[in-house]
Amino acid sequence: MQTEALEGGFPDAPLDAARAFRAAMNAMARPGRIETLVGAVPPAPLSPAAGALILTLCDPGTPVHLAGALDVAGLRDWITFHTGAPLVGPAQAAFAVGKWEDLQPLDAYRIGTSEYPDRSATLIVEMPELTPQGAVLTGPGIKESTRLSLPDVAAMRRNAALFPLGLDFFLTSANRVAALPRSTQLEGN
Amino acid sequence: MSDYNFAYLDEQTKRMIRRAILKGLAVPGYQVPFASREMPMPYGWGTGGVQVSAATLTPEDRFKVIDQGADDTTNAVSIRKFFERTAGVEVTEETEAATIIQTRHRIPEAPLSEDQILVYQVPIPEPLRFLEPRETETRKMHSLEEYGLMHVKLYEDISQHGAIATAYAYPVKVEGRYVMDPSPIPKFDNPKLADCPAIQLFGAGREQRIYALPPYSDVVSLDFEDHPFEASKADHPCDLCDARDSYLDEVITDDRGGRMFVCSDTDYCRTRQAQGHLGAQLAARQEGAA
Repeated sequence: MQTEALEGGFPDAPLDAARAFRAAMNAMARPGRIETLVGAVPPAPLSPAAGALILTLCDPGTPVHLAGALDVAGLRDWITFHTGAPLVGPAQAAFAVGKWEDLQPLDAYRIGTSEYPDRSATLIVEMPELTPQGAVLTGPGIKESTRLSLPDVAAMRRNAALFPLGLDFFLTSANRVAALPRSTQLEGN
Repeated sequence: MSDYNFAYLDEQTKRMIRRAILKGLAVPGYQVPFASREMPMPYGWGTGGVQVSAATLTPEDRFKVIDQGADDTTNAVSIRKFFERTAGVEVTEETEAATIIQTRHRIPEAPLSEDQILVYQVPIPEPLRFLEPRETETRKMHSLEEYGLMHVKLYEDISQHGAIATAYAYPVKVEGRYVMDPSPIPKFDNPKLADCPAIQLFGAGREQRIYALPPYSDVVSLDFEDHPFEASKADHPCDLCDARDSYLDEVITDDRGGRMFVCSDTDYCRTRQAQGHLGAQLAARQEGAA
C-alpha cells in the first residue's frame, strides 16, 4: 500500500489551519502583500503554500480542479485523503490549482452570477517566484498602490473588468502566498 | 485548553465560514450567504460575530469584545469568556493591545491599526430590508445596482423632519458599487469605516450573511448635495473624562432630572481619566468627597 498520500497533512489541524487562514485572509484583504504559509507537506510538484491553502479551504463541498502537470495520482490521492474534495473539470471547480499556462483558458471557470457573485472559482496559481515588482495594483485593501509580479496582466485586467463577477487568485511559490481578488485594478505589464 | 475543538466550531464549519470571508473580501460590501450554526447563545446575542471570530482567531491573538462601546456588559463579558475557555486566547480591554475586536454597535474611539481585525455583530445585514421585505427582490436590486428606494427613504426623512433623521445603521456605498448596512453603529462612527487600516468583517448569524471591508476601502455615507451627511453626537463633553471628540451615552442618574453624558467607549474614557483628564461631574464628586 502506498502511504505517501496519508502523510504531509497539518500536524495539528485546528491550530495550523487557523494560522494558515489568517495568512490567506491577510493576503486576500491586502492584495499584493506576500505572506508565509507553512504546515503542509504535499507531494511534489505541489508547493507547500498551495498545499496549505487546499487543506485550509477545501472539503467535500468544494470541487477541486487539478490542472496540467498537477493532475497526477499521488496528488489526487493526497487531496482526496486529506480533504475529501471531489476532483473535477474547470467548469465545476470551486478551486483550481496549477501553473498559469495549465489553468488556461480562464473563461472555463465559474465567475459567479450577478445575484450571487460569490459563486465563483478561486484559482491557486503556482508561480516560479513571487516578488513585489511588476504590475501596479490599486483598489480596496491597498493604501495607495503596490506592486506584484503577475503571470499575465492583460488577462487579470479583463477579469477585474467583470467586477462584481470574476475569479479570485491566490499566487503561490514555495511557502509564500499573495492574492489578487477581482476588485484590484491593474496598470503596467 | 478545554475539551472543545479550538475556538468551539468544528473544522468543516470553520472552512465554510473562511471561504465566505474570502469571497466577502473579494467583493467588498456584498453579503455572502453562509450556513450559520446554532451557537450556545441565542440569536441576537452576536452569534454571527462569534462565528466570524471563531473562524478568524489564532492561538496568538489577543481578543477584545465591546458591546455599545463597553467591555463590561453581560454580552461582552460572556463572549470574551467563551473564547477564553474554548480557544485559550488572551483577552484584553485595551483597544491598542487587541488583535481582534468583536463589537456590537460601535467602532472604538482609538484609531485602529493594520494589525487589527474588527468583527461586527450584525442583526439585519440587508440595508433594503425595511423598504422591501422580499429577499428575491432585494437580491435583484443589488445585482442591478438599483438603490433609488434608499434615496427615497432618506428624502422622506428630509421632507418630514427637515433633515436626514436616520441616526444609526446609516447606509453606506462601498467602492462605488454595493450599498451596505454598517450594522447599527451610530452615524457618528460612519466616517471611521472608510480608509480604515484594519480589516472589517461583518457577521449576521440569524440572517446567515457575512460581508467585509478590506483595509483602506472607499466607504461613502449616502446623502444629497443640499443635505450632506453629518456625523452627529450629543453636544456636550464627557462628564467623567471631559472628552469632546467621543460618542456619548446619556445616563439618567435620579428621578429629579439629573443626568450625565459619558463616553460610550469605556476603554477610551478610562484611559483618558488615567491620563489626568477630569470631567465636570467627576470633579464635582471628588470635591464633595474631599
